[in-house]
Amino acid sequence: MKNINRRNFLKFSSALTFASAGLTSNAKAAPNNILSPDRMGVLVDTTHCVGCRNCEWACKTSHGHDAGDIEKYHNREVFKEFRRPKDHSFTVVNEFENPKNELIPINVKYQCMHCDKPACVSACIVGAFQKNEMGQVTWDGGKCIGCRYCMVACPFQIPTFEYEKAIEPNINKCDFCFERTSKGGIPACVEICPVEALMFGPRTELIRVARQRIKRNPERYKNHIYGEKEVGGTSWMYLSSVDASQLKLPKHKDKTAPGVSESIQHGIFAYFVPPLALYAWLGGIMWISKRRKEIIQEVVEEEAK
Amino acid sequence: MSHAAAEPVKTVKFFTPGVFIVLLVALNGLVFIAGRFIFGIGAVTNLDNQYPWGIWIGIDVAAGVALAAGGFISAAIGHIMHRERYHAIVRPALLTAMLGYTFVAFGVFIDIGRWYYIWHPLVMWNPNSALFEVGICVMIYLTVLYIEFLPIVTERFMGRVNLPGILKVFNNLLNRLLTFLDNALGKTMFVFIIAGVVLSSLHQSSLGTLMVIAGDKMHPLWQTPILPLLFLISAAGVGIPMIIFESLIASKSFKLEPEMKVLTPLASYVAPILGVYLSFKLGDMFIRESFVYLGEFTAQSIAFYIEIVIGVIVPLFLFLNKKVLKTPLLLFMASAMVVFGVLINRINNFVIAYHPPYADYPYFPSYGEISVTLGCAALLVLLYRACVMIFPVITPEAKANHS
Ligand code: SF4
Ligand code: SF4
Ligand code: SF4
Repeated sequence: MKNINRRNFLKFSSALTFASAGLTSNAKAAPNNILSPDRMGVLVDTTHCVGCRNCEWACKTSHGHDAGDIEKYHNREVFKEFRRPKDHSFTVVNEFENPKNELIPINVKYQCMHCDKPACVSACIVGAFQKNEMGQVTWDGGKCIGCRYCMVACPFQIPTFEYEKAIEPNINKCDFCFERTSKGGIPACVEICPVEALMFGPRTELIRVARQRIKRNPERYKNHIYGEKEVGGTSWMYLSSVDASQLKLPKHKDKTAPGVSESIQHGIFAYFVPPLALYAWLGGIMWISKRRKEIIQEVVEEEAK
Repeated sequence: MSHAAAEPVKTVKFFTPGVFIVLLVALNGLVFIAGRFIFGIGAVTNLDNQYPWGIWIGIDVAAGVALAAGGFISAAIGHIMHRERYHAIVRPALLTAMLGYTFVAFGVFIDIGRWYYIWHPLVMWNPNSALFEVGICVMIYLTVLYIEFLPIVTERFMGRVNLPGILKVFNNLLNRLLTFLDNALGKTMFVFIIAGVVLSSLHQSSLGTLMVIAGDKMHPLWQTPILPLLFLISAAGVGIPMIIFESLIASKSFKLEPEMKVLTPLASYVAPILGVYLSFKLGDMFIRESFVYLGEFTAQSIAFYIEIVIGVIVPLFLFLNKKVLKTPLLLFMASAMVVFGVLINRINNFVIAYHPPYADYPYFPSYGEISVTLGCAALLVLLYRACVMIFPVITPEAKANHS
């Protein structure tokens, strides 16, 4: 936990000046992916969710975004349209028809999955994304250059960009309530949920609970914890009564998103040996072909004599 | 290095009716570039949270880098393999690469949301990121290209500095400085030339690694772990056709004889590279069994056919034909097809193949995006024209023989 405080401090100081921004970011240059075995997660039980959208309101309020009246969120009209997180809506709830029971629709909350091996962290050109040891994936606005490669990389299409801004456009996404969770608190959305559709706890513990629920109630649940294995595991995981793909949770394999690209990248650059070897090889060819030319020249000149 | 023959083009005037049209295209682009900086990316482009990258990345950056590959290919043939008869093409290719990469950097500058932080990658490193590698390599290579071009500048002005009036006192000093620079560069140039080839190989391939991390979001016809290899081979393959393409356009517009004596033997290298590329591309398709998607009738499969048939297979046969190699018009067409093929391939990889999980409509570039892309290309053409008229770049060898 000490580590997190230090990072927090760096985050503050990096906002101070241009110069110090450069220095502090250097101090935390390469994003380290040291994950705690006790890292936290959230289990979303879509069979409990009632679609009240309190979490949307709490998320906005806790992040200082304009939230408006909480009553307005209980209007179910919005469900007609499929929505995605964007700008100051880090999380959204959507509704699906329930093939098993028409009267009880299925509501699903979406937000950043906080992957264990996040593509966004691997991709970001300046290391503005960071996987923190307790699981949160956070974004540092002091570093970001706005290239949007994180958006290209994310397998869940989560980071969004403020296209309408000419100056300081931000990348927006759920930060797992870093301000709260880094100090031992619980995420705002989890706190407000009236039906315990969201459960916050150590990831390993959540997987145990999820297995138990499936075992106790095999009628109610599909035997699949979405996020346990997908893209190498995510901090947020889902239980549902239908196939995850029916809830527009993208189908993913177990292999991590950055795995292939990082091994290619490190293969090309293994300790700078391949580039240096290429340099030496080309230098050799250059020397030999030049020398050959000179020798031919000399022979020609000698014969001319 | 004997470049005695190259000289500034004097056969035509800078402004012709055609040049005015190009100028208009450039101005139209500049208007939209101004719009982007004043009102933001969203105001000018069709980019959104589904499609974060469009043609500015696909064409201006990715295709731009590939089409500037003539620079490192000609350096490898002319300087490293020391084939002297190709020296005539080294300078034009170098100029194209220098201007091309300048516009690639400019394209990145326009596309990134926080353009004033473009220097961040220099001090904030993420070695896991393919984009970081591309960024750093391109920055260093651009510097190397400017250094490689310097001797052409010193050659132009050395011993000829003739400032008017009171500035006369500096003439001698400047001349001596240029002579010193020319000397120093002449002795160390080989370091930069080899570095240029190494840097090019690195970032040409890393450009291919870029989209690997997009995983399932990229159509299986293009998504493969050998993307970096395919990018490198196709960049090498388009290098020579691009040189030929430009050289033939230049000789036409500057009213010079086409340099067939250089271009024909040069063109004979093309078919083998295209052949290797095609075999990797098809081999990969069979190993991953992605050919099943070719039976579908989608934008992706059509784009793939265009890329591979018009861009690779047809020109491969053309470049195998001796008559094509010797006839300027046919050679021009074959080269143009390869250039087109690589352009389409980069667009396919970065734009057409990209399909995020929640996309509910396809991306098509806005008028503003197209204007900026065309505008940048037009500016490049104008700068090229100006440069060959000021600096000794083109070798009017044929003219000397024929007149
Ligand atoms: S869901 Fe996307 S943004 Fe969130 S951690 Fe994973 S890769 Fe990053
Ligand atoms: S947009 Fe910002 S956070 Fe995303 S990859 Fe680029 S620099 Fe990193
Ligand atoms: S964890 Fe925090 S930031 Fe993320 S959706 Fe919940 S309230 Fe919003």
